[in-house]
Amino acid sequence: MKEALEQVAASVPVATLHAPQDELSEPRVARPSERVVAPAAQSSKPMAAGGSRLQAWTASAAGLVIATVLLWAIAPELIAPYAPTQMDGSAILLAPSSRHWLGTDQFGRDVGSLVVYGARQSVLMAIFAVLISCSCGVALGLVAGYTGGACDMLLMRAVDVWMAIPNILLAIAICTALDPSLHTTILAVSVTAIPRYARVLRAQVMAIRARPFILAARASGASHASILRRHVLPHCSSTILVLATLGVGSAILLGSSLSFLGLGINDERPDWGYLLTQGRGYLTVAWWTVTFPGLAITLLVIAVNTLGDALRRRLEPRGAAGTR
Amino acid sequence: MMRRVLGRLAASVGVVFGAVTLIFLILNWLPGDPAALIAGDAASPETVEQIRAQLNLDRPLWDQYRDCLIGITRGDLGRSYVTREPVATRLLAQFPATLSLTLSAGLIALVLGVTLGVLSARFHGRWPDQLIQLSALSVVSVPPFWLGLLAILCFSVYLGWLPVLGDGGFRADILPSTCLGLVVSVHFMRMVRSNVLDQLHEPYVTALRAKGLGQARVFYVHVLRNALIAAVTLLGVVIGELLSGAVVIETLFARQGLGRVAVEAISQKDLPVVQGAILLASITYVVVNLLVDVSYVWIDPRLRTDSLRGAR
Repeated sequence: MKEALEQVAASVPVATLHAPQDELSEPRVARPSERVVAPAAQSSKPMAAGGSRLQAWTASAAGLVIATVLLWAIAPELIAPYAPTQMDGSAILLAPSSRHWLGTDQFGRDVGSLVVYGARQSVLMAIFAVLISCSCGVALGLVAGYTGGACDMLLMRAVDVWMAIPNILLAIAICTALDPSLHTTILAVSVTAIPRYARVLRAQVMAIRARPFILAARASGASHASILRRHVLPHCSSTILVLATLGVGSAILLGSSLSFLGLGINDERPDWGYLLTQGRGYLTVAWWTVTFPGLAITLLVIAVNTLGDALRRRLEPRGAAGTR
Repeated sequence: MMRRVLGRLAASVGVVFGAVTLIFLILNWLPGDPAALIAGDAASPETVEQIRAQLNLDRPLWDQYRDCLIGITRGDLGRSYVTREPVATRLLAQFPATLSLTLSAGLIALVLGVTLGVLSARFHGRWPDQLIQLSALSVVSVPPFWLGLLAILCFSVYLGWLPVLGDGGFRADILPSTCLGLVVSVHFMRMVRSNVLDQLHEPYVTALRAKGLGQARVFYVHVLRNALIAAVTLLGVVIGELLSGAVVIETLFARQGLGRVAVEAISQKDLPVVQGAILLASITYVVVNLLVDVSYVWIDPRLRTDSLRGAR
């Protein structure tokens, strides 16, 4: 609800701001419907204030979760009470207690410490995967959307093929061909995410290209490269930011799925997905070994997605970018 | 109409061809050496060479690719490196299990997602909508395998209502399909909700209201019909996610299926099996999307006229 309310509430001033520009570029069919939105927004104004307070609250909670996990990733030794490799033969599969807050696993390792140390792998993987997939996808989308014609068609057919292979299976293929390591996981996760960026960016670039200021820039002698860099890319920046933030969430999920399947990062530095695989064998006797690593993944991804949604609301009041 | 269908069919064949090429390149061109992996670390270079020759890996990549394509047109996906049995037979035996999991999960996702989406739009801005949106955010953020683990823990280990693992009949299917369906249902929910909200702003709604039709009738009869058409297209997008999810869910619940075969084959570096499984999944994806495209034209009469105009 809050999302939609904010969208409606925010769309009114922005719509009027953008209206003259839009009419220059393309006469939009949706104009009458926007007028219908206005009264609804007025009637819901008192609620929107409450909604934004709730939103501010959830956004700060999300920020707190992300900051905590980053701290874990940067300096786990400050937070974790035990080393991740410290095995204790007398403390095997102990339930959560005051000594081991989150219990111990089958080797007598402290689950809480393992979770804290596992953060680094997941965070590194997600950040690099998003950087790679985002830059490649944005480049593809820019080129396809801006050049149009045969180049666009060729690139988009390639993206169709890319998307025809279900993403975990594509990642599996890459992990099979290369040796398991952090690099392989990053590569696999980024390759599967590229088409999503490319598609959304292409659509947006095509819309931007049709607008008069691009023509004006061309007329004043700007080269295609400089138009792309100085006029097209800045217009896409908010979309890219939102896509990248949401991409972090899906990268973490896909990466942990891969390690759950035994394809990811190996034994020495267990990440959260790997902890789940190991804990799975002791599911019936030790619920804590699977519960807490999974909870860490879930909380982090919820936080990242909340942040992404908040950014989307702030930056794209009309939901211009595709949701997929 | 016919022309449109044929065009789609040709495009689909092209996509499958592209997918075959892509998978082949990833598996065979990337710098991994299956022969060395199968032989193990202790093997002498001669043994590795011998295995390579045995598996036809010593021939030029182009020849291997050509053989692969010729094989596929005959329905031959090569032989497993490990068991030497034909890959196609093995995969086809597993395919029904994956198909039934995907279909039942898809059905659950469709019913659950559409119902929640409609509810969410109907109560737009009030607490049911808020609750549904919040749950949706949580569900898309949960790793599917963890959801499955928690479900096993809750319903099988503690409550003892359902079997933990395996393939035994309907009761064993409940947890896997529900987990997968729940995750995918969010897409339907979000799409139906935003479509309904968009439709509510269309001029025809104002016209119907002005004519004197009740709010509920306008909503459930006119708006819903228009909003649900688009949910059909979503099936095509979602099938990829269902197939991906099936890989994880099959492994988690130790079920039969394509995904599990693929995952097992990876640990043995059994490339033909991995390649065949991915190919079969991609073909499923393409076929479902083709059906969705064609049926969409059939369901939505506006497109039919458009396509006719385009064809002339």
